[in-house]
Amino acid sequence: MKTEETKLLLKKPEKATSREAVIEITNLCKSFGTQEVLKNFSLKLYDGENLVVLGKSGSGKSVLIKCIVGLLRADSGSIKVFDQDVTSLNMKDMDKVRQKIGFLFQSGALYDSMTVKENLEFPLRRVKDHLKQKEIDAKTKEVLENVGLADALDKMPSQLSGGMRKRISLARTIVVDPMIILYDEPTTGLDPVTSEEISLLINDVQKKYKASSIIITHDIECARTTANRIIMLQDGEVYAEGSMAEFEKSTDKVIQAFFK
Amino acid sequence: MPSPLKFASTKIHVEMKINIPVSKAKQLALHHTMKLSEGTLAKTAIANNFLTDFADVLLFVHHFIKETFSRKFELKEFFRQCFAIGYKSLPLISVTGFIMGFVLTIQSRPALVRFGADTMLPGMVAVSLIREMGPVITALICAGKIASGMGAELGSMKVTEQIEAMEVSSTHPMRFLVVTRVWAATWMIPLLILYADGLGIIGSWFGANIKGDVSLVLFFSQAFSHIGFIDLLPAVVKSFFFGIVIGLVGCYKGYNAGRGTESVGKAANSAVVLASLLILIVDMIAVQITDMIPV
Repeated sequence: MKTEETKLLLKKPEKATSREAVIEITNLCKSFGTQEVLKNFSLKLYDGENLVVLGKSGSGKSVLIKCIVGLLRADSGSIKVFDQDVTSLNMKDMDKVRQKIGFLFQSGALYDSMTVKENLEFPLRRVKDHLKQKEIDAKTKEVLENVGLADALDKMPSQLSGGMRKRISLARTIVVDPMIILYDEPTTGLDPVTSEEISLLINDVQKKYKASSIIITHDIECARTTANRIIMLQDGEVYAEGSMAEFEKSTDKVIQAFFK
Repeated sequence: MPSPLKFASTKIHVEMKINIPVSKAKQLALHHTMKLSEGTLAKTAIANNFLTDFADVLLFVHHFIKETFSRKFELKEFFRQCFAIGYKSLPLISVTGFIMGFVLTIQSRPALVRFGADTMLPGMVAVSLIREMGPVITALICAGKIASGMGAELGSMKVTEQIEAMEVSSTHPMRFLVVTRVWAATWMIPLLILYADGLGIIGSWFGANIKGDVSLVLFFSQAFSHIGFIDLLPAVVKSFFFGIVIGLVGCYKGYNAGRGTESVGKAANSAVVLASLLILIVDMIAVQITDMIPV
């Protein structure tokens, strides 16, 4: 057990495989009433990389990824996912784009009325409707093993702990083999040990599924474990961009306040 | 020659006399203007909110109709909802239906006996149960159980981001959650109402046997001899509308709940209140229409 943990601790995020952008956001603006949440925000997510978006609560991090999957409509600017501008897509085309994107919600968002198995089968039956029951069973078993909860298949979400819920939620996100995964505060509300396990799991997923990820967090340890590149968001704008090492060396007060 | 001190005091007095009314007038004018503008703003806000809510309802109904006629109907979820709405309401509806008939009989019997019309009791109870009491009371009970349940369930799904999770899984929450629930309510409520009517007549037979002696077969044959197609059809038709109202109101309130946990309770509560009110309004309209049908 200990050697397994030591092995996990040595895991580092994979480097980005190419400089091809899978998501390209240009001059994104989003307001709620008079409050401007995102102001001319631009970002590129490269194929196979883990991009961490750091920022204080209320700085617009969650709004950013909700705009990417079309849960929120951008006021202006463009969001290109695999060269398709999602801001101008109709529902049908948006659904096709969403099939390539996995989204891990801050609260886990497991369906309370369904068992873990039904939770995992739910997106699988809709995104990959050609699969037979045997293939669906094999896939759900595989993802549960990948998140280390093979025996939770018949449990209800109410029977799971916070960490287990996050793992099952991650399993539901990866069950459809997404090319991009958006993590909304994956370690919020978890103890340091479980947080570390989830962060390592994110690296594992990146390696196994070759997915590109945007990880929204304010947890520096999570960022340290998972980030290939970091963008810092302040008042809806990009404040700084660089590697973990560059951020840690920075003498800027705002950055230092985060990395102390 | 007046002293300088006396002169100064007069001057101050004169200035006071002029300044105080002006400043008071200014204050009063400001106060009234503020009050007027606050009142106008409040009225505008109320009108705006009403219009926004009305537009929301229309949009919701439009989406519901659009998704109802889409190709992919969630049949499995529809049957699951039919089970939850229909089968799981049976104990409550059984008790309600039985008590309804029982109480109606006990209360009506003395008046009928006074006029020597106690043989009319089964027919009178059956007609009142089937035409009015059965549908309305069962629908109100269902509004309390089903509409509030839908409001709370969908409201908590909204708060815990489950509806958004469905949306990003390329599933239309309106199709999966709303269409299935509304149609399940539309089909199950009339069945529950007919079931409550039947149990109401059984309850009435029990009530009649407290002070009399009549066989179940005779009681039923007397009851049904007074019921015609014209009694049953409008009751069944309005039951479908009660079902639609319960389903739509419950889902609308839950689906449009706010973000906090407090809004879940509010959604459940307002779903019951609005559904009950609309049931009575639909009943009033149905009675007017039925009244126009020539017998």
